[in-house]
Amino acid sequence: MSLKVEFDEPKCVAAGQCVMVAPDLFDQRDEDGVAIVLDDSPSPDQYDEAREAAAVCPAAAIRLVEG
Amino acid sequence: MPGGGDPPGGGVNRIVVVGACAAGLSAAEALRREKFGGKIVLVGEEIDAPYDRPPLSKQILASQWEAERLALRPAEQIAALELDLRLGVRATGLDLASRTVLLGDSSVEYDGLIVATGVRPRRLPGSGAHVLRTLADALALRERLKPGRRLAVVGAGFLGAESASVARQLGCEVTLLEPAPVPLAQAVGVPVGEVLAQVHRDQGVCVRTGVTVTSTSPTGVQLGDGEFVTADEVLVAVGSQPNTGWLEGSGLELDDGLVCDEFSAAAPGVYGAGDVARWHNPLFGVTMRVEHRTNAAEQGMAAARNLLRGSDARPFAPVPYFWSDQYGLKIQAHGYLRGHDAVEIVDGDLESRRFMAAYRTGDRLTGVLSLGMPPKAIRPWRQAVAAGTAWSVSETLTTR
Ligand SMILES: Cc1cc2nc3c(=O)[nH]c(=O)nc-3n(C[C@H](O)[C@H](O)[C@H](O)COP(=O)(O)OP(=O)(O)OC[C@H]3O[C@@H](n4cnc5c(N)ncnc54)[C@H](O)[C@@H]3O)c2cc1C
Ligand code: SF4
Repeated sequence: MSLKVEFDEPKCVAAGQCVMVAPDLFDQRDEDGVAIVLDDSPSPDQYDEAREAAAVCPAAAIRLVEG
Repeated sequence: MPGGGDPPGGGVNRIVVVGACAAGLSAAEALRREKFGGKIVLVGEEIDAPYDRPPLSKQILASQWEAERLALRPAEQIAALELDLRLGVRATGLDLASRTVLLGDSSVEYDGLIVATGVRPRRLPGSGAHVLRTLADALALRERLKPGRRLAVVGAGFLGAESASVARQLGCEVTLLEPAPVPLAQAVGVPVGEVLAQVHRDQGVCVRTGVTVTSTSPTGVQLGDGEFVTADEVLVAVGSQPNTGWLEGSGLELDDGLVCDEFSAAAPGVYGAGDVARWHNPLFGVTMRVEHRTNAAEQGMAAARNLLRGSDARPFAPVPYFWSDQYGLKIQAHGYLRGHDAVEIVDGDLESRRFMAAYRTGDRLTGVLSLGMPPKAIRPWRQAVAAGTAWSVSETLTTR
Protein backbone atom coordinates (compact mmCIF):
# COMPACT_ATOMS: atom_id res chain seq x y z
CA MET A 1 0.00 0.00 0.00
CA SER A 2 1.11 3.55 -0.66
CA LEU A 3 -0.44 6.88 0.21
CA LYS A 4 -0.50 9.90 -2.03
CA VAL A 5 -1.39 13.44 -0.91
CA GLU A 6 -3.64 15.41 -3.27
CA PHE A 7 -4.12 19.08 -2.56
CA ASP A 8 -7.00 21.20 -3.89
CA GLU A 9 -5.27 24.57 -3.65
CA PRO A 10 -8.22 26.86 -4.48
CA LYS A 11 -10.08 25.41 -1.50
CA CYS A 12 -7.31 26.14 1.00
CA VAL A 13 -8.24 28.87 3.51
CA ALA A 14 -4.71 29.23 4.88
CA ALA A 15 -5.66 27.99 8.31
CA GLY A 16 -2.33 26.26 8.83
CA GLN A 17 -3.84 23.35 10.78
CA CYS A 18 -2.06 20.92 8.45
CA VAL A 19 1.31 22.49 9.26
CA MET A 20 0.65 22.14 12.97
CA VAL A 21 -0.11 18.41 12.83
CA ALA A 22 2.20 17.42 9.95
CA PRO A 23 5.09 19.88 9.70
CA ASP A 24 7.17 17.44 7.62
CA LEU A 25 4.50 17.20 4.96
CA PHE A 26 3.10 20.72 4.78
CA ASP A 27 4.25 24.32 4.95
CA GLN A 28 2.51 27.63 4.20
CA ARG A 29 3.47 30.22 1.59
CA ASP A 30 4.87 33.33 3.21
CA GLU A 31 2.72 35.85 1.38
CA ASP A 32 -0.79 34.40 1.69
CA GLY A 33 -0.49 31.37 3.95
CA VAL A 34 -1.80 28.94 1.34
CA ALA A 35 -0.46 25.47 2.03
CA ILE A 36 2.45 23.91 0.17
CA VAL A 37 2.79 20.15 0.03
CA LEU A 38 6.40 19.38 0.96
CA ASP A 39 6.10 15.68 0.30
CA ASP A 40 3.15 14.17 -1.55
CA SER A 41 4.35 10.60 -0.98
CA PRO A 42 4.70 10.27 2.79
CA SER A 43 6.58 7.32 4.20
CA PRO A 44 4.57 4.72 6.16
CA ASP A 45 5.63 6.21 9.50
CA GLN A 46 4.08 9.51 8.36
CA TYR A 47 0.71 8.03 7.39
CA ASP A 48 -0.92 8.87 10.72
CA GLU A 49 0.24 12.48 10.45
CA ALA A 50 -1.04 12.72 6.89
CA ARG A 51 -4.43 11.31 7.87
CA GLU A 52 -4.67 13.67 10.81
CA ALA A 53 -3.88 16.64 8.54
CA ALA A 54 -6.56 15.64 6.04
CA ALA A 55 -9.04 15.23 8.90
CA VAL A 56 -8.39 18.60 10.57
CA CYS A 57 -8.21 20.70 7.40
CA PRO A 58 -11.26 22.99 7.73
CA ALA A 59 -11.57 23.35 3.96
CA ALA A 60 -11.45 19.66 3.05
CA ALA A 61 -8.59 20.64 0.73
CA ILE A 62 -6.35 17.67 1.53
CA ARG A 63 -7.22 14.32 0.06
CA LEU A 64 -5.37 11.08 0.54
CA VAL A 65 -5.42 8.47 -2.16
CA GLU A 66 -4.46 4.95 -1.22
CA GLY A 67 -2.84 2.97 -3.97
CA MET B 1 -20.80 2.17 33.25
CA PRO B 2 -20.81 -1.12 31.29
CA GLY B 3 -17.40 -1.98 29.93
CA GLY B 4 -15.79 0.76 32.02
CA GLY B 5 -12.71 -1.31 32.87
CA ASP B 6 -12.28 -2.87 29.45
CA PRO B 7 -9.53 -1.97 26.97
CA PRO B 8 -10.23 1.11 24.82
CA GLY B 9 -13.42 0.58 22.91
CA GLY B 10 -14.03 -2.68 24.82
CA GLY B 11 -17.72 -3.47 25.25
CA VAL B 12 -18.59 -0.89 22.62
CA ASN B 13 -20.05 -2.55 19.57
CA ARG B 14 -22.31 0.08 18.17
CA ILE B 15 -21.72 3.82 18.11
CA VAL B 16 -24.43 6.19 17.00
CA VAL B 17 -23.41 9.64 15.74
CA VAL B 18 -26.26 12.13 15.37
CA GLY B 19 -25.60 15.02 12.98
CA ALA B 20 -23.83 14.27 9.69
CA CYS B 21 -21.77 17.34 8.97
CA ALA B 22 -18.29 18.53 9.91
CA ALA B 23 -18.30 17.31 13.52
CA GLY B 24 -20.25 14.10 12.96
CA LEU B 25 -18.22 13.01 9.95
CA SER B 26 -14.97 13.85 11.72
CA ALA B 27 -16.06 11.67 14.65
CA ALA B 28 -16.95 8.77 12.36
CA GLU B 29 -13.61 9.03 10.54
CA ALA B 30 -11.69 9.20 13.80
CA LEU B 31 -13.43 6.07 15.09
CA ARG B 32 -12.21 4.17 12.04
CA ARG B 33 -8.70 5.68 12.23
CA GLU B 34 -8.62 4.42 15.82
CA LYS B 35 -9.45 0.95 14.44
CA PHE B 36 -12.96 0.75 15.85
CA GLY B 37 -14.33 -2.25 13.96
CA GLY B 38 -17.91 -2.17 15.27
CA LYS B 39 -20.97 -0.63 13.73
CA ILE B 40 -21.20 3.13 13.23
CA VAL B 41 -24.66 4.57 12.60
CA LEU B 42 -24.45 8.14 11.26
CA VAL B 43 -27.82 9.88 11.38
CA GLY B 44 -28.37 13.23 9.64
CA GLU B 45 -31.50 15.25 9.08
CA GLU B 46 -30.31 16.79 5.82
CA ILE B 47 -30.62 14.67 2.72
CA ASP B 48 -27.30 15.87 1.25
CA ALA B 49 -24.09 13.95 1.81
CA PRO B 50 -21.94 15.71 4.46
CA TYR B 51 -21.00 19.14 3.11
CA ASP B 52 -19.07 22.18 4.16
CA ARG B 53 -20.75 25.38 5.33
CA PRO B 54 -18.14 28.20 5.27
CA PRO B 55 -18.19 28.47 1.45
CA LEU B 56 -21.99 29.04 1.58
CA SER B 57 -21.51 32.72 2.48
CA LYS B 58 -18.46 33.01 0.22
CA GLN B 59 -17.92 31.07 -3.03
CA ILE B 60 -21.46 29.66 -3.25
CA LEU B 61 -23.22 32.97 -2.66
CA ALA B 62 -20.85 34.61 -5.15
CA SER B 63 -21.65 31.89 -7.72
CA GLN B 64 -17.94 31.06 -7.97
CA TRP B 65 -18.51 27.43 -7.02
CA GLU B 66 -21.23 24.97 -7.78
CA ALA B 67 -22.74 22.91 -4.97
CA GLU B 68 -20.74 19.76 -5.85
CA ARG B 69 -17.56 21.39 -4.54
CA LEU B 70 -18.98 21.48 -1.02
CA ALA B 71 -18.83 17.73 -0.43
CA LEU B 72 -16.63 17.14 2.60
CA ARG B 73 -15.35 13.84 1.16
CA PRO B 74 -15.62 12.07 -2.18
CA ALA B 75 -18.32 9.39 -2.19
CA GLU B 76 -15.77 6.54 -2.25
CA GLN B 77 -14.11 7.81 0.94
CA ILE B 78 -17.45 7.88 2.72
CA ALA B 79 -18.19 4.37 1.43
CA ALA B 80 -14.81 3.15 2.74
CA LEU B 81 -15.89 4.07 6.29
CA GLU B 82 -18.54 1.33 6.11
CA LEU B 83 -21.15 3.38 7.88
CA ASP B 84 -24.79 2.67 8.43
CA LEU B 85 -25.53 6.11 6.94
CA ARG B 86 -29.04 7.37 7.50
CA LEU B 87 -29.52 10.68 5.74
CA GLY B 88 -32.84 12.51 5.75
CA VAL B 89 -33.52 11.00 9.18
CA ARG B 90 -34.12 13.11 12.27
CA ALA B 91 -33.39 12.04 15.83
CA THR B 92 -36.49 12.84 17.87
CA GLY B 93 -35.57 11.71 21.36
CA LEU B 94 -33.09 9.97 23.62
CA ASP B 95 -33.58 7.38 26.34
CA LEU B 96 -30.40 7.27 28.38
CA ALA B 97 -31.48 4.33 30.54
CA SER B 98 -32.01 1.96 27.62
CA ARG B 99 -29.32 3.66 25.49
CA THR B 100 -31.72 4.28 22.65
CA VAL B 101 -31.99 7.12 20.15
CA LEU B 102 -35.52 7.65 18.86
CA LEU B 103 -35.85 8.26 15.13
CA GLY B 104 -39.51 9.15 14.70
CA ASP B 105 -41.27 5.83 14.31
CA SER B 106 -38.14 3.74 14.69
CA SER B 107 -35.18 3.75 17.05
CA VAL B 108 -31.58 2.63 17.32
CA GLU B 109 -29.67 1.37 20.35
CA TYR B 110 -26.10 2.38 21.09
CA ASP B 111 -23.16 1.54 23.30
CA GLY B 112 -21.65 4.94 22.60
CA LEU B 113 -23.33 8.14 21.39
CA ILE B 114 -21.90 11.29 19.83
CA VAL B 115 -24.17 14.33 19.60
CA ALA B 116 -23.18 16.62 16.70
CA THR B 117 -26.47 18.27 15.73
CA GLY B 118 -25.10 21.78 15.26
CA VAL B 119 -27.21 24.93 15.45
CA ARG B 120 -30.03 26.58 13.54
CA PRO B 121 -30.48 30.28 12.78
CA ARG B 122 -32.45 32.51 15.08
CA ARG B 123 -35.32 34.18 13.28
CA LEU B 124 -37.28 37.38 13.73
CA PRO B 125 -41.06 37.83 13.77
CA GLY B 126 -42.63 38.35 10.35
CA SER B 127 -42.19 36.69 7.00
CA GLY B 128 -40.29 36.84 3.76
CA ALA B 129 -36.76 36.83 5.23
CA HIS B 130 -33.85 34.62 4.25
CA VAL B 131 -31.57 32.88 6.72
CA LEU B 132 -28.25 31.29 5.80
CA ARG B 133 -27.32 27.93 7.25
CA THR B 134 -27.95 25.24 4.66
CA LEU B 135 -27.10 24.76 1.01
CA ALA B 136 -30.76 25.32 0.13
CA ASP B 137 -30.69 28.64 2.03
CA ALA B 138 -27.60 29.77 0.11
CA LEU B 139 -29.00 28.80 -3.28
CA ALA B 140 -32.29 30.57 -2.56
CA LEU B 141 -30.50 33.77 -1.56
CA ARG B 142 -28.01 33.78 -4.43
CA GLU B 143 -30.87 33.43 -6.90
CA ARG B 144 -32.05 36.86 -5.69
CA LEU B 145 -28.77 38.75 -5.55
CA LYS B 146 -28.80 40.59 -8.86
CA PRO B 147 -27.16 43.95 -9.61
CA GLY B 148 -29.24 46.88 -8.37
CA ARG B 149 -31.41 44.84 -6.02
CA ARG B 150 -31.72 46.16 -2.49
CA LEU B 151 -30.64 43.76 0.26
CA ALA B 152 -31.17 44.47 3.97
CA VAL B 153 -28.93 42.38 6.21
CA VAL B 154 -30.06 42.21 9.83
CA GLY B 155 -27.09 41.52 12.11
CA ALA B 156 -23.51 42.53 11.37
CA GLY B 157 -21.81 39.46 12.82
CA PHE B 158 -19.40 37.50 10.64
CA LEU B 159 -22.18 35.78 8.72
CA GLY B 160 -24.06 39.01 7.98
CA ALA B 161 -20.85 40.85 7.15
CA GLU B 162 -19.61 38.19 4.74
CA SER B 163 -22.99 38.08 3.00
CA ALA B 164 -23.05 41.88 2.73
CA SER B 165 -19.58 41.77 1.21
CA VAL B 166 -20.58 39.24 -1.45
CA ALA B 167 -23.85 41.02 -2.25
CA ARG B 168 -22.03 44.32 -2.65
CA GLN B 169 -19.50 42.76 -4.97
CA LEU B 170 -22.40 41.40 -7.02
CA GLY B 171 -23.69 44.95 -7.42
CA CYS B 172 -26.53 44.94 -4.89
CA GLU B 173 -27.49 47.96 -2.80
CA VAL B 174 -26.78 46.74 0.73
CA THR B 175 -27.94 48.03 4.11
CA LEU B 176 -26.37 46.40 7.17
CA LEU B 177 -28.44 46.84 10.34
CA GLU B 178 -26.89 46.22 13.73
CA PRO B 179 -28.30 46.84 17.23
CA ALA B 180 -24.89 47.32 18.89
CA PRO B 181 -23.12 50.68 18.58
CA VAL B 182 -20.10 48.95 16.99
CA PRO B 183 -20.47 45.76 14.94
CA LEU B 184 -18.67 42.69 16.33
CA ALA B 185 -17.50 44.59 19.41
CA GLN B 186 -18.50 41.63 21.60
CA ALA B 187 -16.52 39.22 19.50
CA VAL B 188 -13.39 41.15 18.52
CA GLY B 189 -13.42 44.40 20.48
CA VAL B 190 -14.32 47.99 19.59
CA PRO B 191 -11.25 49.08 17.56
CA VAL B 192 -11.32 46.04 15.27
CA GLY B 193 -15.11 46.22 14.95
CA GLU B 194 -14.83 49.86 13.91
CA VAL B 195 -12.28 49.07 11.23
CA LEU B 196 -14.46 46.32 9.81
CA ALA B 197 -17.51 48.63 9.76
CA GLN B 198 -15.44 51.25 7.92
CA VAL B 199 -14.34 48.67 5.34
CA HIS B 200 -18.02 48.06 4.57
CA ARG B 201 -18.77 51.78 4.37
CA ASP B 202 -15.86 52.32 1.98
CA GLN B 203 -17.33 49.65 -0.26
CA GLY B 204 -20.63 51.50 -0.40
CA VAL B 205 -22.60 49.50 2.18
CA CYS B 206 -24.99 51.58 4.26
CA VAL B 207 -24.00 50.52 7.79
CA ARG B 208 -26.54 51.51 10.43
CA THR B 209 -25.66 50.76 14.03
CA GLY B 210 -27.74 51.11 17.18
CA VAL B 211 -30.92 50.11 15.35
CA THR B 212 -33.29 47.37 16.42
CA VAL B 213 -35.25 45.42 13.85
CA THR B 214 -38.56 44.24 15.29
CA SER B 215 -39.95 42.34 12.32
CA THR B 216 -39.43 41.50 8.67
CA SER B 217 -41.75 41.49 5.68
CA PRO B 218 -41.37 40.67 1.98
CA THR B 219 -40.84 44.40 1.30
CA GLY B 220 -38.35 45.27 4.03
CA VAL B 221 -37.79 45.50 7.77
CA GLN B 222 -39.54 47.33 10.57
CA LEU B 223 -37.31 49.18 13.01
CA GLY B 224 -38.06 49.65 16.71
CA ASP B 225 -38.40 53.43 16.34
CA GLY B 226 -41.19 53.08 13.78
CA GLU B 227 -39.11 53.55 10.64
CA PHE B 228 -39.54 51.05 7.80
CA VAL B 229 -36.49 50.20 5.68
CA THR B 230 -37.56 49.11 2.21
CA ALA B 231 -35.66 46.24 0.60
CA ASP B 232 -36.19 43.66 -2.13
CA GLU B 233 -34.60 40.93 -0.04
CA VAL B 234 -33.98 40.57 3.69
CA LEU B 235 -31.33 38.34 5.26
CA VAL B 236 -31.62 37.73 9.00
CA ALA B 237 -28.24 36.86 10.54
CA VAL B 238 -28.81 37.40 14.25
CA GLY B 239 -27.09 34.36 15.70
CA SER B 240 -28.15 30.80 16.25
CA GLN B 241 -29.67 28.29 18.64
CA PRO B 242 -28.23 24.85 19.41
CA ASN B 243 -30.23 21.91 18.03
CA THR B 244 -30.92 20.26 21.38
CA GLY B 245 -34.72 20.02 21.19
CA TRP B 246 -34.49 16.25 20.71
CA LEU B 247 -32.53 15.93 23.97
CA GLU B 248 -35.06 17.74 26.13
CA GLY B 249 -36.33 15.58 28.98
CA SER B 250 -33.53 13.02 28.42
CA GLY B 251 -31.77 13.97 31.64
CA LEU B 252 -28.76 15.45 29.81
CA GLU B 253 -27.93 18.98 30.95
CA LEU B 254 -28.84 21.61 28.37
CA ASP B 255 -27.78 25.23 28.76
CA ASP B 256 -27.36 27.05 25.44
CA GLY B 257 -25.96 23.79 24.10
CA LEU B 258 -25.29 20.28 25.35
CA VAL B 259 -23.24 20.69 28.52
CA CYS B 260 -20.06 18.58 28.44
CA ASP B 261 -17.05 18.21 30.72
CA GLU B 262 -13.41 18.75 29.75
CA PHE B 263 -13.40 15.38 27.98
CA SER B 264 -16.36 16.44 25.84
CA ALA B 265 -18.52 13.94 27.74
CA ALA B 266 -22.12 14.74 28.62
CA ALA B 267 -22.84 11.45 30.43
CA PRO B 268 -21.17 8.03 30.55
CA GLY B 269 -20.81 6.92 26.93
CA VAL B 270 -22.37 10.15 25.59
CA TYR B 271 -20.23 12.86 24.01
CA GLY B 272 -20.91 16.21 22.32
CA ALA B 273 -19.00 17.83 19.46
CA GLY B 274 -19.11 20.89 17.24
CA ASP B 275 -21.43 23.89 17.32
CA VAL B 276 -23.95 22.17 19.62
CA ALA B 277 -21.50 21.38 22.44
CA ARG B 278 -20.78 23.61 25.41
CA TRP B 279 -17.75 22.15 27.12
CA HIS B 280 -15.23 23.09 29.74
CA ASN B 281 -11.99 24.08 28.02
CA PRO B 282 -9.28 23.62 30.66
CA LEU B 283 -6.78 25.70 28.67
CA PHE B 284 -8.86 28.82 29.37
CA GLY B 285 -10.58 27.55 32.51
CA VAL B 286 -14.01 28.45 31.15
CA THR B 287 -17.02 26.79 29.63
CA MET B 288 -17.38 27.66 25.97
CA ARG B 289 -19.41 26.84 22.89
CA VAL B 290 -17.77 27.91 19.65
CA GLU B 291 -19.27 27.94 16.17
CA HIS B 292 -16.03 27.51 14.26
CA ARG B 293 -15.35 25.09 11.48
CA THR B 294 -12.01 23.89 12.82
CA ASN B 295 -13.46 23.18 16.23
CA ALA B 296 -16.12 20.95 14.70
CA ALA B 297 -13.45 18.71 13.17
CA GLU B 298 -11.18 18.73 16.23
CA GLN B 299 -13.92 18.12 18.76
CA GLY B 300 -15.48 15.37 16.64
CA MET B 301 -12.10 13.66 16.73
CA ALA B 302 -11.60 14.21 20.45
CA ALA B 303 -15.08 12.92 21.29
CA ALA B 304 -14.53 9.78 19.22
CA ARG B 305 -11.17 9.06 20.81
CA ASN B 306 -12.35 9.69 24.35
CA LEU B 307 -15.36 7.48 23.81
CA LEU B 308 -13.03 4.61 22.86
CA ARG B 309 -10.38 5.38 25.47
CA GLY B 310 -12.69 5.18 28.49
CA SER B 311 -10.59 5.87 31.57
CA ASP B 312 -7.63 6.97 29.40
CA ALA B 313 -9.60 9.92 28.06
CA ARG B 314 -7.70 13.17 27.44
CA PRO B 315 -9.02 16.66 28.06
CA PHE B 316 -10.10 18.58 24.98
CA ALA B 317 -8.13 21.81 25.38
CA PRO B 318 -7.83 23.48 21.98
CA VAL B 319 -6.98 27.04 21.03
CA PRO B 320 -10.15 27.98 19.09
CA TYR B 321 -9.53 29.27 15.57
CA PHE B 322 -11.70 31.00 13.00
CA TRP B 323 -11.29 32.90 9.79
CA SER B 324 -13.54 35.15 7.77
CA ASP B 325 -13.20 36.58 4.26
CA GLN B 326 -14.65 40.00 3.41
CA TYR B 327 -13.81 42.00 0.26
CA GLY B 328 -10.72 39.91 -0.27
CA LEU B 329 -9.45 40.68 3.24
CA LYS B 330 -8.69 37.70 5.43
CA ILE B 331 -9.43 37.84 9.14
CA GLN B 332 -7.91 35.11 11.28
CA ALA B 333 -8.24 34.70 15.02
CA HIS B 334 -6.82 32.23 17.50
CA GLY B 335 -7.89 31.96 21.11
CA TYR B 336 -10.88 32.94 23.18
CA LEU B 337 -11.58 36.60 22.54
CA ARG B 338 -15.03 36.79 24.09
CA GLY B 339 -15.17 38.72 27.35
CA HIS B 340 -11.64 40.08 26.95
CA ASP B 341 -10.55 42.97 29.21
CA ALA B 342 -8.28 44.77 26.75
CA VAL B 343 -7.13 44.70 23.16
CA GLU B 344 -3.88 46.12 21.83
CA ILE B 345 -2.51 46.47 18.31
CA VAL B 346 0.84 44.69 18.38
CA ASP B 347 1.87 44.78 14.72
CA GLY B 348 0.92 46.96 11.73
CA ASP B 349 -1.79 49.58 12.27
CA LEU B 350 -5.54 49.96 12.05
CA GLU B 351 -5.43 52.73 9.42
CA SER B 352 -3.62 50.62 6.84
CA ARG B 353 -5.90 47.65 7.56
CA ARG B 354 -2.93 45.41 8.05
CA PHE B 355 -2.56 44.61 11.70
CA MET B 356 -2.39 42.09 14.47
CA ALA B 357 -4.38 42.60 17.67
CA ALA B 358 -3.66 40.85 20.97
CA TYR B 359 -6.36 40.26 23.60
CA ARG B 360 -5.89 40.25 27.35
CA THR B 361 -8.23 38.57 29.81
CA GLY B 362 -7.15 38.99 33.43
CA ASP B 363 -3.37 38.97 33.27
CA ARG B 364 -3.17 36.50 30.42
CA LEU B 365 -2.81 36.63 26.66
CA THR B 366 -6.02 34.85 25.58
CA GLY B 367 -6.29 35.63 21.90
CA VAL B 368 -4.85 37.16 18.78
CA LEU B 369 -6.47 38.39 15.58
CA SER B 370 -4.91 39.39 12.30
CA LEU B 371 -6.31 41.29 9.34
CA GLY B 372 -4.57 41.42 6.00
CA MET B 373 -1.30 40.13 7.50
CA PRO B 374 0.69 37.17 6.17
CA PRO B 375 -0.89 34.25 8.05
CA LYS B 376 2.46 32.91 9.20
CA ALA B 377 3.10 36.03 11.27
CA ILE B 378 0.36 34.97 13.66
CA ARG B 379 1.92 31.59 14.49
CA PRO B 380 4.24 32.64 17.36
CA TRP B 381 1.27 34.43 18.92
CA ARG B 382 -0.88 31.37 18.64
CA GLN B 383 1.84 29.36 20.37
CA ALA B 384 1.93 31.96 23.13
CA VAL B 385 -1.85 31.69 23.59
CA ALA B 386 -1.56 27.89 23.68
CA ALA B 387 1.15 28.13 26.32
CA GLY B 388 -1.04 30.29 28.56
CA THR B 389 1.50 33.12 28.40
CA ALA B 390 1.19 36.01 30.84
CA TRP B 391 0.29 39.33 29.19
CA SER B 392 3.45 41.00 30.47
CA VAL B 393 5.60 38.26 28.93
CA SER B 394 3.73 38.35 25.61
CA GLU B 395 4.82 41.95 25.14
CA THR B 396 8.26 40.67 24.20
CA LEU B 397 6.67 39.27 21.01
CA THR B 398 5.55 42.73 19.96
CA THR B 399 7.31 43.92 16.83
CA ARG B 400 6.27 47.53 16.81
C1 LIG C 1 -22.78 30.41 6.01
C2 LIG C 1 -21.77 29.98 7.03
C3 LIG C 1 -20.46 30.44 6.95
C4 LIG C 1 -19.50 30.05 7.89
N1 LIG C 1 -18.22 30.51 7.77
C5 LIG C 1 -17.30 30.14 8.67
C6 LIG C 1 -15.95 30.61 8.58
O1 LIG C 1 -15.61 31.39 7.67
N2 LIG C 1 -15.05 30.21 9.50
C7 LIG C 1 -15.40 29.36 10.50
O2 LIG C 1 -14.54 29.01 11.33
N3 LIG C 1 -16.65 28.87 10.63
C8 LIG C 1 -17.61 29.26 9.75
N4 LIG C 1 -18.90 28.78 9.86
C9 LIG C 1 -19.22 27.87 10.97
C10 LIG C 1 -19.00 26.39 10.61
O3 LIG C 1 -19.57 26.10 9.37
C11 LIG C 1 -19.62 25.52 11.69
O4 LIG C 1 -18.88 25.73 12.87
C12 LIG C 1 -19.62 24.03 11.36
O5 LIG C 1 -20.39 23.78 10.23
C13 LIG C 1 -20.17 23.24 12.53
O6 LIG C 1 -20.27 21.89 12.20
P1 LIG C 1 -21.21 20.92 13.05
O7 LIG C 1 -21.02 19.59 12.41
O8 LIG C 1 -20.96 21.10 14.48
O9 LIG C 1 -22.70 21.46 12.83
P2 LIG C 1 -23.61 21.55 11.47
O10 LIG C 1 -22.70 21.85 10.34
O11 LIG C 1 -24.67 22.47 11.83
O12 LIG C 1 -24.13 20.08 11.32
C14 LIG C 1 -25.13 19.54 12.14
C15 LIG C 1 -26.01 18.63 11.31
O13 LIG C 1 -26.89 17.94 12.20
C16 LIG C 1 -28.18 17.90 11.62
N5 LIG C 1 -29.19 17.75 12.68
C17 LIG C 1 -29.67 18.70 13.51
N6 LIG C 1 -30.59 18.20 14.34
C18 LIG C 1 -30.71 16.88 14.03
C19 LIG C 1 -31.50 15.81 14.54
N7 LIG C 1 -32.35 15.98 15.55
N8 LIG C 1 -31.35 14.58 13.98
C20 LIG C 1 -30.48 14.39 12.95
N9 LIG C 1 -29.71 15.37 12.44
C21 LIG C 1 -29.82 16.59 12.98
C22 LIG C 1 -28.28 19.20 10.88
O14 LIG C 1 -29.29 19.11 9.88
C23 LIG C 1 -26.87 19.35 10.31
O15 LIG C 1 -26.78 18.74 9.06
C24 LIG C 1 -19.87 29.17 8.94
C25 LIG C 1 -21.20 28.72 9.03
C26 LIG C 1 -22.14 29.11 8.10
C27 LIG C 1 -23.57 28.61 8.21
S1 SF4 D 1 -5.26 22.94 6.93
FE1 SF4 D 1 -6.26 22.98 4.92
S2 SF4 D 1 -6.97 25.06 4.71
FE2 SF4 D 1 -5.45 25.09 6.32
S3 SF4 D 1 -3.50 25.59 5.31
FE3 SF4 D 1 -3.65 23.37 5.41
S4 SF4 D 1 -4.60 22.80 3.48
FE4 SF4 D 1 -4.95 24.99 3.70
